[in-house]
Amino acid sequence: MGEMEQLRKEAESLKDQINAARKAVQDTTLQEAAAGVAVVGRVQMKTRKTLRGHLAKIYAMHWATDSKLCVSASQDGKLIVWDSVTTNKVNAIPLKSSWVMTCAYAPSGNLVACGGLDNMCSIYNLKGKDGNVKVMRELAAHTGYLSCCRFISDTEIITSSGDCTCILWDIETGTQKTVYAGHQGDCMSLAVSPDFNFFISGACDFTSKLWDIREGTCRQTFPGHESDVNAIGFFPNGNAVITGSDDTTCKLFDLRADQELITYQDSSVMCGVTSLAPSLSGRLILAGYDDFNVNIWDALKAERVGVLAGHDNRVSCIGVSADGMACCTGSWDSFLKIWN
Amino acid sequence: MPVINVEDLTDKDKALMEVNQLKTEVKLERWLTSKCCEEIKEYIQARVEEDTLVKGISEEKNPFKEKGGCVIC
Repeated sequence: MGEMEQLRKEAESLKDQINAARKAVQDTTLQEAAAGVAVVGRVQMKTRKTLRGHLAKIYAMHWATDSKLCVSASQDGKLIVWDSVTTNKVNAIPLKSSWVMTCAYAPSGNLVACGGLDNMCSIYNLKGKDGNVKVMRELAAHTGYLSCCRFISDTEIITSSGDCTCILWDIETGTQKTVYAGHQGDCMSLAVSPDFNFFISGACDFTSKLWDIREGTCRQTFPGHESDVNAIGFFPNGNAVITGSDDTTCKLFDLRADQELITYQDSSVMCGVTSLAPSLSGRLILAGYDDFNVNIWDALKAERVGVLAGHDNRVSCIGVSADGMACCTGSWDSFLKIWN
Repeated sequence: MPVINVEDLTDKDKALMEVNQLKTEVKLERWLTSKCCEEIKEYIQARVEEDTLVKGISEEKNPFKEKGGCVIC
């Protein structure tokens, strides 16, 4: 037997052992456990604000931690920082490369970042002395597109890439601190745990991975989806992960049970999930789809309890503000909408 | 922390990496799903009353309310 064949057989055997170990602790499903909980009532949200200004598809948005400001990225080549309450544009930042796919707001509110087909993550200082917003750093090392980025602090950021890796960067020196390798397909999105010790990544190898930021190791891998994992987020308690896929479903995986607890799907939903965000308590999961809608799921019952219909093209990004008061959707129709 | 250059890995390197990763994962201590489900349920129920998107919000308290505008008499 060749070495490769031997390794392949060993991998299969280990995967079987892991599946058996997962089944051994599976004494209930979330739906069974929540059988006594009443379905949450029909959720009807209204568009409270429409943020107009981008001239092309919006690919990403991210709330600032103050729950008022947010940043969006469009292939019109701009990052716009919005005051979501007044709808004013606080900053309109022209980008060197218009092929942007992701953006992020630093927890401090001082920096924003973006990246895309330029394979780089560009960091902008919003609080520069002369009031001008300038590129502070260009983080270059990925050999594929930048699909997502999230700040740990003003000095560290994590990026995910089409080159199948994620990287932790030192922003001040512009260098790579850690490369997280292991996915066998493009990494499509990432999310950082509430305690900033871990992050999760979703990829085109149909799996999600939990990474220890400081150790640089992959702790757990979650298979189950039948196509690319496009969207990922932590459940608010930090102990579970929600994923959205081209296979039209969203799934909730618990980190301690190391397995899927529930799938959010409906026969009427026939297109891929592009983005997702849990509500403050975790009771609702809002997911954006290729069919221009956002479906609102009761997290415990896996029932669809609402729809946000209002965009005229794909909903590419969604975010719930930190105080849970509103949800923001961004679309290929060039608009962002604030709902509650 | 050594930085791996993924471009330099051969197919065999990647297969070995996968096997080593699985060997680590197989050792994980796993909780009963019933315990995890209880925790999730309790977490949600403790916070759902404060969850605006679930409970809704009155016009006055809504920071995103329409501004007082024109009244047509």
